[in-house]
Amino acid sequence: MEVYLDNSATTRCSREAAAVMASVLTTDYGNPSSMHRMGMAAENRMRRAAEQIAGTLRCQEKELVFTSGGTESNNLAICGAAEANRRRGRHLITSAVEHPSVLRTMERLSEQGFEVTYLPVNRFGEISVEELKEAVRPDTILVSLMQMNNEIGALCPTEEAASAVKSVNPDTLFHVDAIQSYGKMRIFPGRMGIDLLSVSGHKFHGPKGAGFLYVRDRTKLKPLLCGGGQQRGVRSGTENVPAIAGLGAAAAAAWDGLEDKVGHMFALREHFIETVTEIAGVSVNGRRDRQCAPHIVSVSAEGVRAEVLLHALEERGVYVSAGSACSSNRPAVSATLSAIGLPRTLLDSTVRVSFCADNTREEIDYALGVFAELIPMLQKYKRH
Amino acid sequence: MYRAFLIKYAEIVLKGKNRYLFEEALVRNISYQLKNVEGSFSVRRENGRVYVEADGAYDYDGTVEALQGVFGITGICPVVLTEDEGFERLAETVTDFVAASFPDRSFTFKVDARRARKNYPMTSMEINAALGERILMAFPETKVDVHHPQVMISVEIRPLINIYATEIPGPGGMPLGTAGRGMLLLSGGIDSPVAGYMVARRGVALEATYFHAPPYTSERAKQKVVDLARKLSAWAGPVKLHVVNFTDIQLDIYEKCPHEQLTIIMRRYMMSIAEHFAGEGKCLGLITGESIGQVASQTMQSLAVTNEVCHMPVYRPLIAMDKQEIVKIAEKIDTYETSILPFEDCCTIFVAKHPVTKPTLKSIERSEKRLKEVMDELVKKAVDTAETIVVTNEP
Repeated sequence: MEVYLDNSATTRCSREAAAVMASVLTTDYGNPSSMHRMGMAAENRMRRAAEQIAGTLRCQEKELVFTSGGTESNNLAICGAAEANRRRGRHLITSAVEHPSVLRTMERLSEQGFEVTYLPVNRFGEISVEELKEAVRPDTILVSLMQMNNEIGALCPTEEAASAVKSVNPDTLFHVDAIQSYGKMRIFPGRMGIDLLSVSGHKFHGPKGAGFLYVRDRTKLKPLLCGGGQQRGVRSGTENVPAIAGLGAAAAAAWDGLEDKVGHMFALREHFIETVTEIAGVSVNGRRDRQCAPHIVSVSAEGVRAEVLLHALEERGVYVSAGSACSSNRPAVSATLSAIGLPRTLLDSTVRVSFCADNTREEIDYALGVFAELIPMLQKYKRH
Repeated sequence: MYRAFLIKYAEIVLKGKNRYLFEEALVRNISYQLKNVEGSFSVRRENGRVYVEADGAYDYDGTVEALQGVFGITGICPVVLTEDEGFERLAETVTDFVAASFPDRSFTFKVDARRARKNYPMTSMEINAALGERILMAFPETKVDVHHPQVMISVEIRPLINIYATEIPGPGGMPLGTAGRGMLLLSGGIDSPVAGYMVARRGVALEATYFHAPPYTSERAKQKVVDLARKLSAWAGPVKLHVVNFTDIQLDIYEKCPHEQLTIIMRRYMMSIAEHFAGEGKCLGLITGESIGQVASQTMQSLAVTNEVCHMPVYRPLIAMDKQEIVKIAEKIDTYETSILPFEDCCTIFVAKHPVTKPTLKSIERSEKRLKEVMDELVKKAVDTAETIVVTNEP
């Protein structure tokens, strides 16, 4: 049996999205900037995608900027907002458990004269809205927070956080990294006080190489790329029309029966946690209730190296990540796991299991059986 | 301008009655390397020389690069071949040759004529003088310097006249396949591919054995070794790679033997298994990347204990080299970048904090006694389940 439980790394592209992409690649392959009919047809495919996505967020189509994915969306949001507002202030706020595409961007900005405050997190990986509120200053131009943590699934109360920020400084922009959360919960940036929101297509059964940034109307961003001024000048470069069309189709599909799917994933998660923690030496990081991501479980197995467990699972057809697979194939110690105070001995013994709505109870039971069989065996052989 | 290359080789000339075998191997290897180069070529042997001639349009740089990968070649001379149509015609050809080969002609030169065909109407000295004069006349910016010329223009009177002025260095060594076959113990590290390269350069064809230990080592670690074998095959021709699953053997040693002896005992089993495949493949020896003192298992004491299990000779071309020197060669043969990819190999997964550096055969053999009951079976299983991949450099 093959059970893919690495859906936070990436998902299988849905048939609908793949079919739409194929038809754009081979039929409506024009450049949306071309003035002839072929250009028009391509532009319509893009508009259709924008409509589909705007429908999910209840925003305007012109508030969407298509990008190459999550990393670019985060870079554009943070650098773009910081650069456009640097005369108003130089202070930025984020948390200690962000994705590298946020943390590295913040580091670069701090080299360029910005000051960055990193909020600590509790043992579940959550920030405190109180502490956030205290950190906001008159010169704070941007707050960037991840809605669902990619390693342990911690949830950020974005609406509450946004209103806390705005109550202190109404000019501070609020950016949400929604790369893990989009397609797993309803988000309405307009009324939630979110100014910028990053999304990546391949996390919800869309294509890789496509994503978008929601930019609240009239929010100024300095573009990252110089070029032909496509997408209202915010993101130059010929639009990746096939991938954008796939992104739209995937978004529409994700919202079809969203609550049921989320409920299904939560049920799988709860079942998984309950059973896996029966194995000796196994613990789960983060919350066990529903105040977190429905699809992510962080599992620590005492005395077993994560990489070894991963490959042993792989031999049995079960695919998971060691820590977070997103950054590279060199498993470094995870900043998130350190930040939640995981004991040193468990840092290198933690794997991430992540579901999607297509996973079945049978698949999870199979995977659980493999975990139960392998972990005691691997615990026998320890490295010195 | 050039349609042909004159191939120079050094040591082969020293061979006696076997010389033709070496030359034939060289011609065969050149043809093999040129298969991937754009153009069609003929490679021929003529009076103790090898010529590569292009038939029609071809990729010059690609040809030179391919020839630089053929062991046995010491020099590659782009050459103009011309019929003997009298001295006047020759002088014109030579001046045209100089004009085309050297856009900037403010150099000192010397003509070096040789006659393999002694019936040519002029002596070598006469040809030197006459051609030198014609070049000086045609290009007043040149100067003659017979002692330290910047450019040596060689003119050889053979059935055809050979004109050449540059010699691009080749890799040296001996033609591949003229020295038998060796079994390389290939890991994912920096050293073993270099060891393979060095022995292959002496004409030895390669097979390789790699030990992996899933799930302790990953599929990517194996892919890395296949990639290294592929890089090696650019020099050494097709490499037959045996991939051996070593996990059970390793775990059994881990369970029953003192942990500080783990690496030595493991290496002894690796040697025996590699030797098994070496025997099957009619290899004449094992090749390793060991170098004295580099790690605990490569002290002279450790090497002696490891060596004890082998019946075949073990060739260790890097034995007295420093790491820096090895890295330099790895960079030259383009294996370094691949070797340093960070995947764990099976030598490091259970490595003890303080492995023995001065093991004795007695103590190791005593530990190995504890493995008696199942080890033969485990080794047999490892051999039987090994995967064999023929790795070539073809695109």
